[in-house]
Amino acid sequence: MNESLASSQQQPAVGANRPPALLINNIEVIYDHVILVLKGVSLEVPEGGIVALLGANGAGKTTTLKAISNLLRAERGDVTKGSIEFAGERIDRMTPNDLVKRGVIQVMEGRHIFEHLTVEENLLTGAYTRGDGRAEIQKDLDKVYDYFPQLKERRNAQAGYTSGGEQQMCSIGRALMSRPKMILLDEASMGLAPQLVETIFETVKRLNEEEGVAFLLAEQNTNMALKYAKYGYILENGRVVLDGEAEALSRNEDVKEFYLGLSSSGRRNYRETKHYKRRKRWLA
Amino acid sequence: MEILYAFFVAPFVDMASDPIFFSEVVIGGVLTGIMYSLVALGFVLIFKASGVFNFSQGVMVLFAALTLVGLMEHGVPVWLALILTVMVMIALAFAVEWIMLRRLVNQEEIVLFMSTIGLSFVLQGFGETVWGSNVKLLDVGIPNESFEVGGILLNEFDLFAAASGALMVTVLAVFFHYTRMGRALRAVADDHQAALAVGIPLKTIWIMVWSVAGMVGLVAGIMWGAKSGVQFSLSLIALKALPVLILGGFTSVPGAIVGGLIIGVGEKIAEIYWGPLVGGAIENWFAYMLALVFLLFRPQGLFGEKIIERV
Repeated sequence: MNESLASSQQQPAVGANRPPALLINNIEVIYDHVILVLKGVSLEVPEGGIVALLGANGAGKTTTLKAISNLLRAERGDVTKGSIEFAGERIDRMTPNDLVKRGVIQVMEGRHIFEHLTVEENLLTGAYTRGDGRAEIQKDLDKVYDYFPQLKERRNAQAGYTSGGEQQMCSIGRALMSRPKMILLDEASMGLAPQLVETIFETVKRLNEEEGVAFLLAEQNTNMALKYAKYGYILENGRVVLDGEAEALSRNEDVKEFYLGLSSSGRRNYRETKHYKRRKRWLA
Repeated sequence: MEILYAFFVAPFVDMASDPIFFSEVVIGGVLTGIMYSLVALGFVLIFKASGVFNFSQGVMVLFAALTLVGLMEHGVPVWLALILTVMVMIALAFAVEWIMLRRLVNQEEIVLFMSTIGLSFVLQGFGETVWGSNVKLLDVGIPNESFEVGGILLNEFDLFAAASGALMVTVLAVFFHYTRMGRALRAVADDHQAALAVGIPLKTIWIMVWSVAGMVGLVAGIMWGAKSGVQFSLSLIALKALPVLILGGFTSVPGAIVGGLIIGVGEKIAEIYWGPLVGGAIENWFAYMLALVFLLFRPQGLFGEKIIERV
């Protein structure tokens, strides 16, 4: 499935009227000098947009996010080709510290909260790169508590002992404390009850609308991601195989077939989908 | 029966019969314990922030003391020599980051540990090449008079050491819990990837902890050096810090203090009341035995961070 949805490829920007804040141009990522993980991925996220990055396990979603936030280097990964730009500036050689200062921050998969710090201390570490004084930081802390009232109740609890949902909120809240322009949110729905997933995504939406934070969502939960994103890219084996407006993607037969488990003949079970997918790949 | 009495009753009878002597023993133990804690603290700091067991901490103590004495021998006044030594220790932290840590990012813990062994040899050789390897006397003007309070003999120097130890611990505790940097240090200790992701630069953190560990080493070096002279064997007190760490936990600042006190007091009491029963010299191995017992029953130490596992 290498065709792109017709209209999208030609238009330069996703929102058409807004310039892309993040522009990834044909990057290749190699781990440990030998393992080729991304084989030319291009995508863009407009200012204040929500974009979904979809795909199965091992498709390269997390690697793409880490290439942007440059956490890759700490795992012996390297962007060997292509370029990454944020707000018109090349960022592919910058340290995560520089990137956070410029407003790009990643919320890692698996939450990664600081277990032995309290919830509030966790949030405060997010403000590390800021130099605008306690009053401003306190203001943002209140704002985070406003978005996640549950965190306020648990502010003095050791973060390692909070629930999975609270940890996910904590790690998003922590990113918010850096006053980001763009959050790279990796598998926010992983291991959470459906209702909590809904809550998290509703908050993402609110943050996007009220604070103007752009989101790049790496998700396996395709349904949920396409519901909240405006645009989506589908990765397979380190390549973008399909992209388009979220609505168009969720109507696309292939996407329905492969990622949503639906087809024109109604819901299919997993085995049939798998079979169909394999056949389709051979034909492609 | 008699032997049981000698081991389990007689020592306590002795303690009770001469409480003044007993309290002298305990106080002596507390003061030695604080000196152990000073050395252990340096280990804890680096281990907490980078997960590296810094084998060279003992040599850092020696190196700091050597530098201080060396400068003073060249006629530099004490206060200036102190400032210069602090600067040397900070420079050392930069050098360690630049030459060693930066190049070993992502390596196994054992590799980092080995590199600190290497560092200890380099530092020791460098220190002795520059300042000479003969035994030096360190006198920074700490008073060293003995006096009596309520029949208990006390020593000004020991009290001074205790006070500076306590001060340092307080400062560190405040630093770790109430400052931005301190919080960042603890964050790095918990999850360095996540710390990187929120924009905490690991390099700065490393330089920071190695500098602090260097300064803690300097304080320990001054105390021990003034007590027993500055020479190679100074670096061996690091070995005494190991049981302290096992007792207190590798990741806990208060643990290093309490562990030091337990070991200091424990070995003094054991030496004086039980020593004669087994022919003396308990002081030398008591700490290690205690550490072994702890390893069996509480491997994370008294205050070590529990491994949090949610079910």
